[in-house]
Amino acid sequence: MNLEDNQKVFKEEAYEKLAEIEETMLELEDSPDDSELISKAFRALHTIKGSGAMFDFNDIVAFTHDIENVYDLVRDNKIPVTKELISLTLSAHDHIKNMLDDPDNESEEMFEKRNEITNAIRSFLPGNNKAEDDVNLQAEVEEQLSDVYTIYRIRFKPDQELFITGTNPILLLNELREIGESVVAAHTDSIPNLKDINPEFCYTYWDIILRTNSEISAIQDVFIFVDDNCEIDIQKISKDDDFDIEFNEKKLGDILLDRGDIDASALQQALQKQLPVGEILIKEGLADSDSINSALAEQQFVKKIKDTVRKVEVSSSIRVASEKLDKLVDLVGELVTGQARLSQIANNTLNSDLLTVAEEIERLTAELRDNTMSVRMLTFGTTFNKFKRLVRDLGSDLGKEIILKTEGAETELDKTVIEQLNDPLVHILRNSIDHGIEPPEVRKMSNKPVQGTVTLSAKYSGAHVLISIQDDGAGMKAESIKKKAVDKGIITQDAKMTDNEIFQLIFMPGFSTAEKVTNVSGRGVGMDVVKKGIESLRGTVDVISQPGKGTTITLKLPLTLAIIDGLLVKIGPENFILPLAAVKECIELTRQDVEDAHGRHVINVRGQIVPYIRLKDQFKIKSKKLDIEQVVITEIGNYQIGFVVDSVIDQHQTVIKNLSKVYKNIDGISGATIMADGTVSLIIDINNLLRLVEHENLAQYN
Amino acid sequence: MSKTILTADDSASVRQMVTFTLKNSGYEVIESIDGVDALQKLEGKKIDMVITDLNMPNMNGIELIKEIRQIPEHKFVPIILLTTESQAEKKQEGKKAGATGWIVKPFKPEQLIAVTKKVLG
Repeated sequence: MNLEDNQKVFKEEAYEKLAEIEETMLELEDSPDDSELISKAFRALHTIKGSGAMFDFNDIVAFTHDIENVYDLVRDNKIPVTKELISLTLSAHDHIKNMLDDPDNESEEMFEKRNEITNAIRSFLPGNNKAEDDVNLQAEVEEQLSDVYTIYRIRFKPDQELFITGTNPILLLNELREIGESVVAAHTDSIPNLKDINPEFCYTYWDIILRTNSEISAIQDVFIFVDDNCEIDIQKISKDDDFDIEFNEKKLGDILLDRGDIDASALQQALQKQLPVGEILIKEGLADSDSINSALAEQQFVKKIKDTVRKVEVSSSIRVASEKLDKLVDLVGELVTGQARLSQIANNTLNSDLLTVAEEIERLTAELRDNTMSVRMLTFGTTFNKFKRLVRDLGSDLGKEIILKTEGAETELDKTVIEQLNDPLVHILRNSIDHGIEPPEVRKMSNKPVQGTVTLSAKYSGAHVLISIQDDGAGMKAESIKKKAVDKGIITQDAKMTDNEIFQLIFMPGFSTAEKVTNVSGRGVGMDVVKKGIESLRGTVDVISQPGKGTTITLKLPLTLAIIDGLLVKIGPENFILPLAAVKECIELTRQDVEDAHGRHVINVRGQIVPYIRLKDQFKIKSKKLDIEQVVITEIGNYQIGFVVDSVIDQHQTVIKNLSKVYKNIDGISGATIMADGTVSLIIDINNLLRLVEHENLAQYN
Repeated sequence: MSKTILTADDSASVRQMVTFTLKNSGYEVIESIDGVDALQKLEGKKIDMVITDLNMPNMNGIELIKEIRQIPEHKFVPIILLTTESQAEKKQEGKKAGATGWIVKPFKPEQLIAVTKKVLG
């Protein structure tokens, strides 16, 4: 169904009504005083006008409007039915019929006819020059939004029987919230005791403080359906302009007085007591606590607005050398460590004073840490321009038309992460442009737009940021990647792998799928370097591809580098930290489990075989054999790997300390952290460790 | 789940326009031609809102509202009355009978949707 069908239905109905009018007029000639006939004529005209307006027959509406007005007066016995009126109505009837027959006829003749009849009709109206020229006048005046914000105080006290009219007061409050910034305070003092409550009644009423740049009529419109049976009081408190002048927020007593919740003598009486006014008023039973709370809410709201209005003028930023920030982060890290020690000592002493201070320090430290970290955050959008240039230049070098679309410019990342992301991103973009996007002629043949699109986007995902590089190019064929991997000796011919696993092979060292080496990419040193770079940021890389559709590479990066959530575990006498973000679950490994696996390092996790690494063996820590050990199951890329430890202690907020240069290249360890008792724990780099173990095993196998 | 609105109007063109507009905005619509028909179609159904014309044969809008407010399941359903500007006193009468709000005819589709959103949330 569309507008035209609707118009057809309207026309049919209008012809019916016109026939009714004609018939009525002829009957009226015989009995001009029959009020039933007059009403009938009025109703018919009214329907034509009413429905016409809905279906955009605006000429008919405007024309019918005047006759309807006349008949309204006839109905009220203010104009008599005369021969002239009847013949005029009949010629109006003919004219409407003509307009219906040919709505698009805008000839001179029609126009003149219309004016002639309209003028004749208006002569029937008392003070005819005042007749509305155009029915469209009633069209609502567009809501005027101004720059001036005004604060209103609104009291909405619904009738007890509000619900029976099908009205939901919450919707009205929500509507107010849409008009501007607001606080709503509910008065619950008239809710009776449970046994007296009629659940179908509304006992609550509300005070709303609203700051808006809409006209007061916008507020009145919210209550348009309830204004006759509810108490609605809208008062203007102040304009933002007022804050420019010397402005004092009103005292609580004054606000209550303004609202009429208390009278002046009650206020005087209260003031003499020299206690907070609110408390006294409640104690003395001069005002209820809801009124006081509502007034306090207003006071705070107005104050807040005042502060923000002023703040606009002074807020600005300053530039700080990044070394200073790095130093600050270092110091906060030290502070977190120190605070952890303090908390531990306080817990051991059981001194309640000390405990209170320790908790206070803990709270402040956490806040300071979050603040400091946020200072180091940069928006990802700051890098976009550089990449846009890169894509443009590379595209024209290769004779391809490519645009870079960017999304998520507002996503924030640690400054260090953004800096270290540069090289991997350049590499991935180059690959997309070189291998991904096809030359224009190939794209034309496969019905794709000649211009290729690469999308670079960033978004939050929990404590991580996901950065994806998506191209609409040729995609990768799992078969050819597998073939290449076999040729290069990365996998064996009979390796059973899913497509997804095969795609991950492009990150293996010494892998390159480009048919020929160009100077942009294709030397096979690309993607494994990307993977290492991302892993050094404790991130992961994932790739999905569809032949013919394109490839998407997704980087998952932690929000910050300096402090991570870690899982504290014990192996022999030593503590280690595993990055919590990678941990999926912890399960027990019994001696029986080990025996059942017949020497293979695998464990059955709810039907799934998960390989594990014994950290004790890996790090050559000597301790006695336990009957029950713990396996920390982690997720690396698409794989699950278990790490066997003696016991799992707790979650630990880990401040990462870099190891000195001498130990920099130790495999499997990414850093160290200082524990609450002053000892040092090593942080395990699970990606790196996994690779190390793979290499060792392969070497053994070969 | 989309909300269901029952309409009652004896004018086919208004009915059609109302249904068309509401359906376009994702509401389910049940049409009825007068108050008696509306009450029948209301029975045993979950209705989220009623839009009724004032002047209808058999049972007019005011009577319909009064009837609906007597039915326990539909006691609190929002009801919108379609009136004309010259019927201010009828508006009051409708209000007293338990109408939630009204729309003055003639109205544009946008106005209908605005009021529907207002009372239906």
